[in-house]
Amino acid sequence: MNYSDSKYYREISVRSNTENLLKIRNFVRDGALALGFTEEVVGNITLAVDEASTNIIKHAYKYSPEGEIIIQTDFADKKYIIKIIDAGNHFDPTSVPVPDLKEYHKQKKVGGLGMFLMKKLMDEVVYDNPDERMNQVTLVKYLT
Amino acid sequence: MADFNINVRGVGSVDVIDLHGYLDAHTAPDLENAFNRLINDGKYKVVVNFDHLKYISSAGLGVFMAYVETMRDNKGDIKFSNMKENVYNIFDLLGFPMLYEFFEKEHEAVNKFTD
Repeated sequence: MNYSDSKYYREISVRSNTENLLKIRNFVRDGALALGFTEEVVGNITLAVDEASTNIIKHAYKYSPEGEIIIQTDFADKKYIIKIIDAGNHFDPTSVPVPDLKEYHKQKKVGGLGMFLMKKLMDEVVYDNPDERMNQVTLVKYLT
Repeated sequence: MADFNINVRGVGSVDVIDLHGYLDAHTAPDLENAFNRLINDGKYKVVVNFDHLKYISSAGLGVFMAYVETMRDNKGDIKFSNMKENVYNIFDLLGFPMLYEFFEKEHEAVNKFTD
């Protein structure tokens, strides 16, 4: 899907370094605020994008700072659509079970909570592969 | 690191960690280092004061999950205070209130250790 004709379309590309999480959050935050989301919802969107990007840095690129993360955002039909794209290792979202939180804490298992948060905070979370090389997660928030 | 700062201070037999700024996957290792130093010094009673924390992601919450058992195994704990609503909501989503104590004021958390 190409949104580049939309007046709302924005894009940013950063290296897969955790240092860039702040830059990613600011990019998404500015976009969401301009669209009129409340401060609380803006915070939720920003966190969801941080979690998606952190997962890419950790799992797709295994902390190598040389990878690329592309964030494309658009707004259509009262939906803020955020695509987060990488060219790292493929990831099967169905391999991650929904955590039983009580068990999770007991097992002292750290990590894996990012996807859980994304699903809680956003209206839609879709994983796909636009081509063989790329991974894409699409996060959608409805402006109500 | 300009976006995140940690200050550790003793309040009686309790150590209070003040968090400032943004706690994410980039800054979480700083907090891990603070917990490692406390453990090395045999200090297990910890209150984390969130008054100046503006943001937290699951990478930050994961640090508490990684260290709480060590603290509890040594007759200590990690207790939380002064958390703003937006930050508390994330802890709540991830089930922390079932297993951790939250206090409005720092002295209430400190007193819980000494009572």
